[in-house]
Amino acid sequence: MDQLLKLLSENSDYSTEELALILNEPEDYIRAQIKEYEEDGIIRGYRAIVNWDDADEKLVSAIIEVKVTPEKEIGFDGIAEKISKFDEVKSVQLVAGSYDLSLVVTGETMNAVASFVSKRLSPMKQVISCQTNFILSNFKEGGVILKNQDDAKDNREFVI
Amino acid sequence: MDYEKSLNSTICNVKPSGIRKFFDIAAEMDNVISLSVGEPDFKTPWHIREAGIDSLHMGKTWYTPNRGLTELRKEISKYYKRRFSLEYDPLKQILVTVGGSESIDVAIRCLVNSGDEVIIPQPAFVCYEPLTEMAGGVPVVVNTKVEDQFRLTPEELEDAITDKTRVLILPYPNNPTGGIMERDDLEKIAKIIIKHDLMVISDEIYAELTYTKDKHISIASIDGMAERTVIINGFSKAYAMTGWRLGYALGPQEIISQMTKLHQFCIMSAPTTAQYAAIEALRNGDDDIENMKKEYEMRKRYIVGSFEKLGLSCFEPMGAFYCFPCIKSTGLSSDEFCTRLIESKHVAVVPGNAFGESGEGFIRVSYCNSLKNIQEAMHRIAEFLQELKDEG
Repeated sequence: MDQLLKLLSENSDYSTEELALILNEPEDYIRAQIKEYEEDGIIRGYRAIVNWDDADEKLVSAIIEVKVTPEKEIGFDGIAEKISKFDEVKSVQLVAGSYDLSLVVTGETMNAVASFVSKRLSPMKQVISCQTNFILSNFKEGGVILKNQDDAKDNREFVI
Repeated sequence: MDYEKSLNSTICNVKPSGIRKFFDIAAEMDNVISLSVGEPDFKTPWHIREAGIDSLHMGKTWYTPNRGLTELRKEISKYYKRRFSLEYDPLKQILVTVGGSESIDVAIRCLVNSGDEVIIPQPAFVCYEPLTEMAGGVPVVVNTKVEDQFRLTPEELEDAITDKTRVLILPYPNNPTGGIMERDDLEKIAKIIIKHDLMVISDEIYAELTYTKDKHISIASIDGMAERTVIINGFSKAYAMTGWRLGYALGPQEIISQMTKLHQFCIMSAPTTAQYAAIEALRNGDDDIENMKKEYEMRKRYIVGSFEKLGLSCFEPMGAFYCFPCIKSTGLSSDEFCTRLIESKHVAVVPGNAFGESGEGFIRVSYCNSLKNIQEAMHRIAEFLQELKDEG
C-alpha cells in the first residue's frame, strides 16, 4: 500500500516536514505527491472524526438497505449516483448480497430520517424496497475506537 | 522489630532502579504520553495468541520439561541457524527461561565466583550490575561514548581487565542508546577476550531490531567465541510478547547444564502456554517482525529528525527501539530535564543516568508508541524547549 496515503488516511494532521521525515523522502517530493493525489481526486478531503454521541448536537443516523432495479447499459450506476446527490445521504455503497445499495442517512430526528425514506427515497421508480435500520450507538468509526476510552489509554506498566 | 538484622545485606545494599520516580509522577497525571517504557506498543500478533489459547483448549496445562518443550528448543535452534547462522543442539545447548531476564540472572550466577569481576559497558539495561552484586561478583563499569557510537572499544576493554576479570556482558543492540556492534568491532574485542580467557554473556534481546543492512551479528559467530559465549534472547521485543515472560539462553553444553540445574531448582519450567505460543511465533512470525520493524523505522526517522531540528543532537540509533538525544545544551541535568518535562508538558522520558553515570546529559526516548502520539509528544517537547530558551 502507498505509505503516504496510509499515513494520511490514519491522521491527516501531519505537516509536510513530518511526512518527509517519516517516509525518508524530500519535502518537495511529499508536497508534489499530495498535490497530485488531490488533483487526481484520490485524496478527496480532510476532516475530523467526530464522536457525535458525546457532542451537544445530536444526530440520528440509519443504515438503509435498498433493493433497486438495474437499468439497461448503466446497471446500478444511474440510481446510485442519483441517490448520492441527496444531502441527507452520507454514504452510498453497492453491495453483493440480499439487497443492492447500502446507505447511511442522517437527520436531526428519527422522524426526519423516516420521512426522507418514505417521501424521497421510496418513490423513486427504480427503488423496489427500503429497509431502515436505526443506528443506536457508534463504537468505532474510520478505524478509530469511539467508545472504549480504556483502550486509548496507555496501560503499560513501568517494570524497571 | 529490627528487620535489618534479618535481611540479607547484599540485597539491601543494591540500589533501587532510578526510573521508578518518573513512573510515579506520571501515574498521578492525566493526558500523559509515555515515551518511557521499554516494551512494544503492539499487541502480540493474533496467530501467536491463538496458538496459546489453543494449547489451553487442548488442556496443555502441566509443567514442561525443565529445559523447555523439546519442540520449542528445536524451533529456537532452527531460528538461530536461519537468522544468525549459528548452530545449537536443541537437546543440550538451549535453556528456555522466564523472560530473557532469568537467563541473564542464571548465566551470571553460573559464571561468577565470589570476588570475580564482571565488565559491564554502560549506558546499559539496569539489571546487570545488581545481578552481578547479588551473585557475589564485582561489577566493573566501562563508560562507552557517543563519539564511538556507544560501542565497546578494544582499548576500553583492555583497560578494564584485571587478573580477577571473568565475564564480559555484551549488551548489543543496546538499551538505552540504540548502539550496535558490527563484525569488525566484534573481531577486535574477541581477540582480547580470548587472550584473557574471559566468558561473554551476549544479551541479544533486540537482535531482530537492527536497522543496518547487515543483520545483527552475534559475537558467538566470531572464530573461537562460541565456546566462551552464552547468548541471551527471548520473545518479548521481537514478537511483542513481553507479558508472556519467555526467553532463552544458548551456549556450551557444560554451561547450559549448570544453568538448567539452577533453573530447575528455582523456577522448574517456563510458562507452558507461552511456550506453545512461542513455537508458533518462530514458525510463522518472520513477517510480523518485518512489519513491526518497518513501523519502528518510520518512527525512528521521525523522532531522530525532530530532535535534530529542535537543536538537540541525537546519535542515530541502529538497533532496539530507543533514541538517546543529548540535552547538555539546555544546561539542565538529565534528571531536571525529565522532571520538568513531565510536570509541565506531561511527556514521560527517562533520564540517561538511570542507565549508568555515563548517561548523564542524555535522555532515553522510547519510540514504542503510535506515530500520532509521538507527533503530539514532539510538539510538546518543542514547546518545552522554547520555554526553556525564553527563560534563559
